[in-house]
Amino acid sequence: MTEPVVVLENVDMIFGEGAADQVHALKKINLQIQQNDFISLIGPSGCGKSTLLRVVGDLIQPSSGDAAINGKSARQARLDQDYGIVFQAATLYDWRTVAKNVQLPLELMAFSRSERDRRTQAMLELVELTDFAAHYPWQLSGGMQQRVAIARALSFEPSILLMDEPFGALDEMTRERLNLELLNIWRKTGTTVLFVTHSITEAVFLSTRVIVMSARPGRITADIAIDLPQPRNSETRSNVRFFELETEVRDALRISEGGREAGSAPA
Amino acid sequence: MSENRQRIWAPVLILVALVILWETLVTAFNIQQFLLPKPSAILGNLAQIVVLGGSASTGESGAEPSLGNRFFVVLPAGLSPETEENLRNSRWVEFPLAGRSVSVAPGSNLTPILAASWFTLKEALGGMAMGTLAGIAVALATTRWTATREALLPFAIAANSMPIIAFAPIMNNWFGIGNPFSKMAIVSVMIFFPIMINTLRGLISVDSRSLELMRSYAASDSEILFKLRIPNALPSLFSGLKVAGALAMIGAIVGEYFGGPRIALGVFITQEAALFRFASAWAAILVACLIGITIYLVILLAERLALPWHPAFRA
Ligand SMILES: Nc1ncnc2c1ncn2[C@@H]1O[C@H](COP(=O)(O)OP(=O)(O)OP(=O)(O)O)[C@@H](O)[C@H]1O
Ligand SMILES: [Mg+2]
Repeated sequence: MTEPVVVLENVDMIFGEGAADQVHALKKINLQIQQNDFISLIGPSGCGKSTLLRVVGDLIQPSSGDAAINGKSARQARLDQDYGIVFQAATLYDWRTVAKNVQLPLELMAFSRSERDRRTQAMLELVELTDFAAHYPWQLSGGMQQRVAIARALSFEPSILLMDEPFGALDEMTRERLNLELLNIWRKTGTTVLFVTHSITEAVFLSTRVIVMSARPGRITADIAIDLPQPRNSETRSNVRFFELETEVRDALRISEGGREAGSAPA
Repeated sequence: MSENRQRIWAPVLILVALVILWETLVTAFNIQQFLLPKPSAILGNLAQIVVLGGSASTGESGAEPSLGNRFFVVLPAGLSPETEENLRNSRWVEFPLAGRSVSVAPGSNLTPILAASWFTLKEALGGMAMGTLAGIAVALATTRWTATREALLPFAIAANSMPIIAFAPIMNNWFGIGNPFSKMAIVSVMIFFPIMINTLRGLISVDSRSLELMRSYAASDSEILFKLRIPNALPSLFSGLKVAGALAMIGAIVGEYFGGPRIALGVFITQEAALFRFASAWAAILVACLIGITIYLVILLAERLALPWHPAFRA
């Protein structure tokens, strides 16, 4: 077996440690993600999913514990530009047009001009925003902005994709189409995906594994392998196993929600 | 479209009404011109409308009808050949109206006022350029050194609320009263603080998610500066420029009140007032106001062109 892409060991995250209003966001997180895994994180609001993503992406340092990515430190992985991140909010730059926003990482990573244009074009087609290439973010709806952010993260084919509820603001049809497109890209490029969602259906449909987290302090309460056949397509959703897995995830979530009171006792 | 037209015409109409009211009140209450000259007397220094062949002269009782300094002059036909020659040479336009000849000609003080305005405008713009460049440079430099910034910012904010114009006589001493640089210096110091503080605010008040995005791409500090901080600072830089634009003419003219070459606008205004030629002093002030407004409008236009994405211009 090859070296795992992400290894988290005993990661604890306490915000404002020592202060009266300290928040114990993550507790004893142990997680290994293999190359080309598609991992969904699911759990109640405020349980630390975004925080976990930010620890993996080296945007915050854990209070204790270790994060190793591609056999190196999270920091080194970030400096090597291994990450493509889609934040929970689109985070577009107001002064850049849609096309220019998609190009931002390509500029920073010194892609040639023609390659930049080619990829931007392809990505805008993927998220169906070709007609809006010259628009500014404020001229777009929330869901369209989120699609620009997705295009931006995919444009440079990062080895690890960290996606924080990327499809949360989209309508059902667009969401299902982009789910399939994301799986396509994932299969073609062999990237590893860490995906946060509130939708059980989406988690089961997309993932190779679903990680269920408990309410604060966030812990991993279940790790469910999704053994549905690849490639996933519209038939996947009518598979009997699909419903079984959905139920399994739902039950795991219910148990972790039930543990909310016990889990949120003051640290 | 019609709404746009209304937006332009409403203030113009109000302005015209106010000027007419001003004129009538000054006439009705016979207010002395050193208190408040009539608008027509002020405008007469800059331009004159001369109607020749009118039946009534407006109070010119002398044997030789002259143009005087009034805005609107009605004279009987038959000026002295000399006066008529002068009018013919200087007037901008002439057209017949109801059997009379109407000329629009420059007022007697237009040339000196324009020359003085040009001189002072150059001081104001020179000072503005220096103050703006220095303000931006210091803001950029202190973005990097957080500790320096934290230490210096309180001083900058304190300095910004100081009446820097009070240093004008000292600047006049340092650089020489006749040297335009003494006025540029005072303007640039006045402008430095609003530009610096506004630019710095824009450079450092960057949305934390936007910074995280840059960090996730392992962007270097200079990439973050050019692709995030500077674009983010442009709107507040322009707010600073608008403040600076208003300060620039004030600084230059008040600096000249403390002394300057005869050609300067501030010196022109003090001299005319000292000689009891109040209408001409007011005319010079009026031109200074128009220049101030023009500077502001130019900055507004530049802002529009530079920031097509800015919330203020969202349709
Ligand atoms: N920078 C921070 N400083 C202090 N507390 C924080 C910070 N970021 C997150 N938290 C706290 O950590 C906890 C977990 O937050 P996080 O954003 O990871 O939740 P989440 O699982 O992503 O929730 P949601 O599903 O609503 O997005 C919350 O209680 C939040 O208040
Ligand atoms: Mg979140």
